[in-house]
Amino acid sequence: MTTPANIVEVAVRRRAPKRAERFSRLIARSGSYLALVGLGWLVPLCRLITGDEPRRQLTELWQELVVPLLALGCMLLMWGILAPRIETSLGTVPSPGAVWAEARNLVTEHYAERERGSEFYARQRERSAARLADNPDADVRIRQYTGKPTFLDQILTSLRTVFAGFVLATLIAVPVGILAGLSKTVNAAVNPLVQLFKPVSPLAWLPIVTMVVSALYVSNDPWLSKSFVNSAITVTLCSLWPALINTALGVASIDRDLMNVGRVLQLGWFARVTKIVLPSALPLIFTGLRLSLGVGWMVLIAAEMLAQNPGLGKFVWDEFQNGSSSSLARILVAVFTIGTIGFLLDRVMLALQAAFTHTATR
Amino acid sequence: MRTISRTMTGLAACAAALLVTHTALAGELKLEKDELKLGFIKLTDMAPLAVAYELGYFEDEGLFVTLEPQANWKVLLDRVLTGELDGAHMLAGQPLGASIGIGTRGEIVTAFSMDLNGNGVTVSKEVWEQMKTHLPKGADGKPVHPIRADALKPVVDAYRASGKPFNMAMVFPVSTHNYELRYWLAAGGINPGLYSPADTTGQTGAEVLLSVTPPPQMPATLEAGTIYGYCVGEPWNQQAVSKGIGVPVVTDYEIWKNNPEKVFGVTEEWARKYPNTHLALVKALIRAAIWLDADNNANRTKAVEILAKPQYVGADKQVLANSMTGTFEYERGDKRAVPDFNVFFRYFANYPFYSDAVWYLTQMRRWGQIAEAKPDQWYADTAKRVYRPDVYLAAAKMLVAEGRAQEKDFPWTSDGYHAPHADFIDGIAYDGHKPNAYLASFAIGLQGKTANAH
Repeated sequence: MTTPANIVEVAVRRRAPKRAERFSRLIARSGSYLALVGLGWLVPLCRLITGDEPRRQLTELWQELVVPLLALGCMLLMWGILAPRIETSLGTVPSPGAVWAEARNLVTEHYAERERGSEFYARQRERSAARLADNPDADVRIRQYTGKPTFLDQILTSLRTVFAGFVLATLIAVPVGILAGLSKTVNAAVNPLVQLFKPVSPLAWLPIVTMVVSALYVSNDPWLSKSFVNSAITVTLCSLWPALINTALGVASIDRDLMNVGRVLQLGWFARVTKIVLPSALPLIFTGLRLSLGVGWMVLIAAEMLAQNPGLGKFVWDEFQNGSSSSLARILVAVFTIGTIGFLLDRVMLALQAAFTHTATR
Repeated sequence: MRTISRTMTGLAACAAALLVTHTALAGELKLEKDELKLGFIKLTDMAPLAVAYELGYFEDEGLFVTLEPQANWKVLLDRVLTGELDGAHMLAGQPLGASIGIGTRGEIVTAFSMDLNGNGVTVSKEVWEQMKTHLPKGADGKPVHPIRADALKPVVDAYRASGKPFNMAMVFPVSTHNYELRYWLAAGGINPGLYSPADTTGQTGAEVLLSVTPPPQMPATLEAGTIYGYCVGEPWNQQAVSKGIGVPVVTDYEIWKNNPEKVFGVTEEWARKYPNTHLALVKALIRAAIWLDADNNANRTKAVEILAKPQYVGADKQVLANSMTGTFEYERGDKRAVPDFNVFFRYFANYPFYSDAVWYLTQMRRWGQIAEAKPDQWYADTAKRVYRPDVYLAAAKMLVAEGRAQEKDFPWTSDGYHAPHADFIDGIAYDGHKPNAYLASFAIGLQGKTANAH
């Protein structure tokens, strides 16, 4: 019932206090998402601004922002102090400053290479025009730039490879894991294989993968080159297991009552899997996938180093072989890049998990 | 109106003039394949490839070339054989070894010898200190060069007496480095061991155990103490000096003056399928070689800048410059002039001489990689199967006709054999027509007719 008195009351309540309340509710709700992307410290900071329990917010801020920053600072300080004391045959271990300078250098090189690329295309167009004028039937396709892949190109290559391998692993691991979780027989069949292959290092797989791919795969498609397939399959072989094991575990530990409900409702097998099994097993499946992606990323770098397949691993190996005075700094840039990307991949998986499962337990 | 049309005519004339130059630049070869991927190992003697790329010589021939560093010589050869690479910078012994089935088998041909000399033998600092006591010194107090392995022999004997195997590394079983290191050791009375069908490591009866290490990893392996010395191309000897971990004792120029080092190899099938592309490639490489040696190595500083890029050799400029600009640093501070340390064009360096192929074949027999004795004719036939001076001279002829090379720089009438000479560290004479007689003149190693030791 909307009486004039009511309206006044609502209007009064809608003023400032209400806004602050909404703001803090927003903070509380976004808190878990902010934590995902490593911005969890924004929550206490915002609360502090709204004047909500300042003492508690300060403690949280200390723990979530100041302590991590201090730890990072300590690492940089120790690095800065210790690095110049370690004399290698390539000079001293580079300081944080040298690594930063080299990182910027790599970006500059990237743009310089792009510049050379466009000059290459310009020259090519010029030559093609000349050839066309000379002979109207001349073959004047525009050829791809033949320059070296830059550091940023190598990052993209590695990301592409790890995703291809990971998607392939997921497509195999999740269905097999569900089957193994549902049926004791399938589980008994799959288990020994998993136990046998799980501990195998990527470096042992690599020669076999290389030989098999060389024998079976014939294609000159530049988007799916042999080296790409090699690396991707090696990633698949190594990242298969965490996803498989966790999926099986997640499916096997579904509440029996839920399964019984499915039976009572006389759901078909497929409907049971999609309506009951998948939703309840999702948190563990995602845990498995997260582990998989992490393993895949580590494996990929090693595989690229060993097989000389394009990517960050090859960048590291090439720099090691170059042995110039800037090599160590460049390798360290790659190390931090690999770490940062690994961290981001993990966060992406966490965010996906949160988006798909609506659960607070991680 | 008239002015406009006159301007138009002027423009058209300009365009026509431009077109004429461009047509000349494009060459007249009809290319069967124009997108190529070539492999190389990070060594200064890959320079003709990098130079041909950077100076646009490949593009002038209408070739779109990607250069790709390879992990080691085996990977490089295998990828050429599988067709992943169209061609590659190869060890002079590699096409020969592959064609007669030492290691991976496959028909490889070469129409372009990339350079002469360019290798060195480096020993660890510790070994150097021990060798030094056995070395004669000159008036300036520095060791007299060339240093012979005679000075290493007592050191090796001491290691062996105390039960320590004396390990050294080379880069590949059929590498020039393997044969040069063996030649140097054997000339100093040290037995480097024999290969046989049963022993593919080549250590039967060896006093110095030789093993394979990829060139860029040589300094790291020496530093780790796994080996006491190695034979490798540049910059990996100078790298040991600059890192202070080893001392180069002899260059291959001193072991065998003006020896052929790397060749540009393609499969026989590839050469048959793409003859014009092959010619265009050789043309571009000849131009690069001419540039590298032009005006008494005047361009070498620029070449060093190209090679120092991380996608090519990637070592520091001063390390690369040490050997590329006509000097060589032995012990730290003992920098000597070796103007012919790297030869890319002069002395007909690019012509694939049959007699050079035969020399490598004699060494393969000497050390047991060729298990059976072969008649002299076999050596000549094998050399002719692998070395293709005809393609080289055809490419040279086109360059001369285009005005890009001079007629006097090519051995048009050569029969492919150098005159007999004795430019070796031990002064033993070599005649490419008589390989078996040559083999008989060595004290260490298998002779033409002796059966293989087992």
